[in-house]
Amino acid sequence: MVNLTVDGKNISAPKGTMLLEAIRGAGIAIPTLCAHEAVSRSGACRLCVVEIKKGNRTRIVTSCLYAAEDGLIVETKSQRVQNVRRLVMELLLARCPESEVLQKMAKEMSVEVQPRFVADSDKGKCVLCRSCVRVCEEVVGVSAIGLFSRGSQKTVGTPYNEKSDVCIGCGACVYVCPTGHIEMTSTGDKRKIWGRTFRMQTCDKCGKYFAPVDQLKFISKKTGVPMSELTVCTECR
Amino acid sequence: MKNNSDTQPRQLKDDLKMNYGPNKKFVAICAGTGCRAYGSLKVKEALEVELKKQNMNVDVIATGCLGFCEKGPMVVIHPDKYFYQSVKVADVPEIVSKTVAKGEVISRLLYRHPDTKKTMFREEDMPFYKKQLRVVFGSNGMIDPTKIDDYLVINGYQALGKVLSEMTPEGVINEVKKAGLRGRGGGGFHTAVKWEGVRKAAGEPKYVIANGDEGDPGAYMDRSLMEGNPHSIIEGMIIGGYAVGAHEGYIYVRNEYPLAVTHLNIAIEAAREAGLLGKNILGTDFSFDIHINKGAGAFVCGESSALFASIEGRAGEPRAKYVHAVEKGLWDKPTVLNNVETWANVPLIINRGADWYSSIGTEGSKGTKIFSLVGKIRNTGLIEVPMGTTLYEIIYDMGGGITNGRKFKAVQTGGPSGGCIPESLLDIPVDFDKLYEVGSMMGSGGMIVMDDKSCMVDVARYFLAFLKEESCGKCVPCREGVRRMSDILEDICAGKGTEGDIDLLEDMSKAIADGSLCALGGSAPNPVLSTIKYFREEYEAHIKDHRCPAGVCKALITYSIDPERCTGCGLCIKVCPTQATSGEKKKAHTIDNNKCTRCGACIESCKFEAINVK
Repeated sequence: MVNLTVDGKNISAPKGTMLLEAIRGAGIAIPTLCAHEAVSRSGACRLCVVEIKKGNRTRIVTSCLYAAEDGLIVETKSQRVQNVRRLVMELLLARCPESEVLQKMAKEMSVEVQPRFVADSDKGKCVLCRSCVRVCEEVVGVSAIGLFSRGSQKTVGTPYNEKSDVCIGCGACVYVCPTGHIEMTSTGDKRKIWGRTFRMQTCDKCGKYFAPVDQLKFISKKTGVPMSELTVCTECR
Repeated sequence: MKNNSDTQPRQLKDDLKMNYGPNKKFVAICAGTGCRAYGSLKVKEALEVELKKQNMNVDVIATGCLGFCEKGPMVVIHPDKYFYQSVKVADVPEIVSKTVAKGEVISRLLYRHPDTKKTMFREEDMPFYKKQLRVVFGSNGMIDPTKIDDYLVINGYQALGKVLSEMTPEGVINEVKKAGLRGRGGGGFHTAVKWEGVRKAAGEPKYVIANGDEGDPGAYMDRSLMEGNPHSIIEGMIIGGYAVGAHEGYIYVRNEYPLAVTHLNIAIEAAREAGLLGKNILGTDFSFDIHINKGAGAFVCGESSALFASIEGRAGEPRAKYVHAVEKGLWDKPTVLNNVETWANVPLIINRGADWYSSIGTEGSKGTKIFSLVGKIRNTGLIEVPMGTTLYEIIYDMGGGITNGRKFKAVQTGGPSGGCIPESLLDIPVDFDKLYEVGSMMGSGGMIVMDDKSCMVDVARYFLAFLKEESCGKCVPCREGVRRMSDILEDICAGKGTEGDIDLLEDMSKAIADGSLCALGGSAPNPVLSTIKYFREEYEAHIKDHRCPAGVCKALITYSIDPERCTGCGLCIKVCPTQATSGEKKKAHTIDNNKCTRCGACIESCKFEAINVK
């Protein structure tokens, strides 16, 4: 265990715990957009910043990536921390003016739209947290989507924005997306995602469409379980 | 470890001395990228042909950059060391028949001081070179970078021999520590501390990397070192590898530096053949080899963790560095990453000793630093000076002052992440700490000099536009914040700035510097902060009075013709692309500002300085 001080409160956490978990464990709220429990950490959104003091040196770090240390003094609401969080929220509100999730977060943080930033109309609700890219690579294991270009031109998508051969239509990317940017529509026996249409499998027992055929084939291939044993939905299993 | 490792390079050198020696007659011609663009390879060819024609058996050496890029191509005739500048193919027959054959000087090819009109024979007479201390860069003029023998003759690989035969790895680290060497790439981190960290770090294998991803606009000292003296970098890296316990090294060099890549490849191959790289170096049990990794030119790949990602074959994006590279660097293994100039300093420290090295420079910054001096400066080029030389000495003594007799306004140091320093601070000694104190930084050593015709808001706009393009886009403050700052600066330059913009820019700067993931975002606001700090009134003039005092921002200026000065020659009418200038011959012309695009063609063409910009 390591002992540290957060906002004047003494807390302890198992060694190796990231500050984010240690602080939240002590009942102190920290906002994040890119730290999803299903995927590795990237430190992209910078909302979880805190100010730490070690010796005479204070600095801003992202709590999602900084491991709790003995004797560390952490401030989660200092002026510097709030300035970073406010700017990040203002920038994201200007990037994704349609996002209800961001609007709600901003309200909770008392951040308003910065009128000097002209709102974007071409970015959708994507904040480039890259959770979708990470889940596709790390959890699903297909890497059907990735990040393209650099800087303000950066986007998420399939290679060359063409239909992906490796996408299995599982929708894990939709599930982890914090703002609901990724579109997935399921009607009848069809599911549409990333420009591709997938045929859905019916459950042998209840007859409902429950998963894309390609996804079940992928699972069958990966686990060695025959396809015939996979055609029952999770509720009927 | 002791056996014949020390004697080998010495023996090689003694064998070679037969062919060299101080009285050897040869012609050196600068064949760095800059002089090649001036046509130096054609001059070299002409020299060879002419020497043959006149039956003279004299070598012509194509050297790396000699530094005085303003006056290329440069030719130096040894052993007299007569220094010819701006040499053309047509000059070659005379150079051969007079100077090479008879030792006669051709005075029109010598450097002529623009103020005193005095001609100067040799490098050491010229103000550009006089105050320099070229211990790292000076060897360029003596060697053909594609020939390892040339490097061996100037004491090349002697330091490596000494290290392998006489010194322990700890001893090497201590020597570098005593010398006080700090990283030349920008941060100024103590090199020996890094090395010590990697030596002690757990994990194998360990890696040694040279960062040659020089990306600052206007900076080219690393390129010129890699092109002009690749073995000095390689020797430094081998010594570093021995010190930290690494057996593998990488040189990360951008693909836009084809000549550097070629010369490094040739040098690595030659070093392998000579037993200086590879298995059992110089017969010892120490093995070390170097690979070249060509980068695709992203500015951010000069940042350590992005550079590692790039070598590993992933997108060049930085990661959080709460665990340092000395513990987890390339492939999560302990890694020493130093700039190419830092590596080139290492053999020097070993050969001449830490005491000698630390006698140069200031208290906190030892040794010399190479700067690329560009912009509105008379003597554009690369200079190497002791740390602590003042900006004034650099700009006025070596740089020769401002072009066209204009007034100095600011110097941007440290590249896009650095800041602009005004005239009132020209007396500061240049070192790591002092530049940081005044709101700029050493960076890798770029210096862009600006005159009173430079608009400081426009300068900040330029750098932020560059950084907006070069941000990797991973974290929000840098990707979105730099873009918004850039938009605001575009607005101000277009006359659309609003009250409160300066405060907003300052507030954003602090949050972006604090909140960004890597040093690119962390230092991106510097050009804005330093120009606001020292040239606030210029921002205010743009925003409040819709006026660009320097006459640069097109939306805020108008052109007019001074009827007193205009002779009615008609040249401005000829060059104007939009037919905005008109008038009768020999009568004062006029400009229609509705048609004028402020392209500046008339200003450039007018011989009477009759065009006013307001």
